[in-house]
Amino acid sequence: MSVNFLIHRAKEIQAVIDANASEIEKLDQEIGDGDHIFNVQRGIKLVIELEAVIKDLPMSKALNQIAMKVLSGIGGSSGALFGTLFMTMAKGNDIDNGVDYKKAIEIFADGVEAVKQRGKADVGEKTMMDVLIPVSNCLKKGVDDNKDVKEILKEAIEVAEKGMFSTKDLLATKGRASFLGERAKGHIDPGARSSQLMIKTVCESVLNS
Amino acid sequence: MKKFMNSADDFLKESLQGFGAAHQDIVNCHYDPNFITRATPTKEGKVALISGGGSGHEPMHGGLVGYGMLDAACPGFVFSSPTPDQMLAAAEKVDSGAGVLFIVKNYSGDVMNFQMAAEMMQGPNESVLTNDDVAVEDSSFTTGRRGVAATVVVEKIVGSLAEHGGSLQECKALGDKVNKNSGSMGVAFSSCTVPAAGKPNFDIGDDEMEFGVGIHGEPGRRRDKMKSAQEITNELLEAINEDLKPETNEEILLFVNGMGGTPLTELYLIFDNAKNMLDKKNIKISRSLVGNYCTSLEMQGASITLTKLDEELLKHWDSSVHTAAMRWGV
Repeated sequence: MSVNFLIHRAKEIQAVIDANASEIEKLDQEIGDGDHIFNVQRGIKLVIELEAVIKDLPMSKALNQIAMKVLSGIGGSSGALFGTLFMTMAKGNDIDNGVDYKKAIEIFADGVEAVKQRGKADVGEKTMMDVLIPVSNCLKKGVDDNKDVKEILKEAIEVAEKGMFSTKDLLATKGRASFLGERAKGHIDPGARSSQLMIKTVCESVLNS
Repeated sequence: MKKFMNSADDFLKESLQGFGAAHQDIVNCHYDPNFITRATPTKEGKVALISGGGSGHEPMHGGLVGYGMLDAACPGFVFSSPTPDQMLAAAEKVDSGAGVLFIVKNYSGDVMNFQMAAEMMQGPNESVLTNDDVAVEDSSFTTGRRGVAATVVVEKIVGSLAEHGGSLQECKALGDKVNKNSGSMGVAFSSCTVPAAGKPNFDIGDDEMEFGVGIHGEPGRRRDKMKSAQEITNELLEAINEDLKPETNEEILLFVNGMGGTPLTELYLIFDNAKNMLDKKNIKISRSLVGNYCTSLEMQGASITLTKLDEELLKHWDSSVHTAAMRWGV
């Protein structure tokens, strides 16, 4: 994983998120306050705009720049949570000397753990953690079991989708949707949908490369 | 969508510029990152009060910056939390050495961003979390109750203590006390439109109201058919009283807050109707506040806040204040 890889994936994510923007917005209007899609789109745009600044930086510095940009540029929960994700990934041990897929999975999993702490949300609370935690676990287990990287990524795509759909019948206990009580049931969480799309995009891109 | 705007991207910036220019005797607006400070620096040794939150709730919080209230406010995008860089820049500008008290409304985004700022900050700081909205069930397993209009009351009362030499710990304790002594509940007749979204946050029928609505148009306890003002007022007060349990003859502040799209004529009518009910229950309205303080863009609706007052709270409520939105005693 190189800085160039991050920038290219961000551009692919932008296209996928834009293509699904009205669906995500609608999900958020049903159980949130309708701003999630704008936060995500703004965040991705800001990361892509960093290209010239970060393309020649070592990985740790590039990730840190992305973290600060996402944190200050998005606002809301998304900014704090994605900022925490990248800030933690930037602290990964020895990442300036090359990041292979095992290292990438390790720092991603550390990042997801930090996001879990920041948002104090676990699996089953109708948030993006219903996608991120199972995906992180699936990736780590794949490495531990010495599975082929393509197999791991295919599984991750399935796990992400399953996690996203699982939010539909959950009661929300974190975030704005928690104020709805029973009324949130029957709706997919917009954060789970956007993060599932991001994971799918990155995994498919690597699989097709 | 019909709004006074030139472009969604410039909406906040232009509004802040206008606010800064209109009230240049009271505030200074700073940009990139955005924050509002008093026009005069914080007195040495005075605890600095910083609040913030998504924009769209004006005059909260920028309109509450000034003598006797906040030292700084950090406006986020419309209905979106401000970010740590804003809070850190504001803190650097207004911290006079006595520490910083952050006043934060209980929403996941606000809490996380203020928390990150507090972690990154060098000097002493504390936070008061407001969660006065009785419409939402409080539980350690959920995000918990929302911070709504009582935040204005917290900022007034703690602002006075800070002005009169209260320490960081004393200010924090008083803020927690005012929050605990307060309960609010709101009702909406119409939705509101976030400029960037361009369409209303929720759909609501001509004959319907959202009972227990949040200040971002979040759904409340239930969707009801329209009722008379007295019935609505009674239901709001019953929900607050059930939670706050004011005693007979207890002195309270009755705060009728407009959500942005309800005329003062109706807010005063609500005050009258609330007084009818509180009089019957022998609850003494010792202080009052009526107006648009904690709004939700152009939403038609109102909230009622009750704060139980003791001598300490009364003294700090009555003390002088000079902000864009609240001014007395000066």
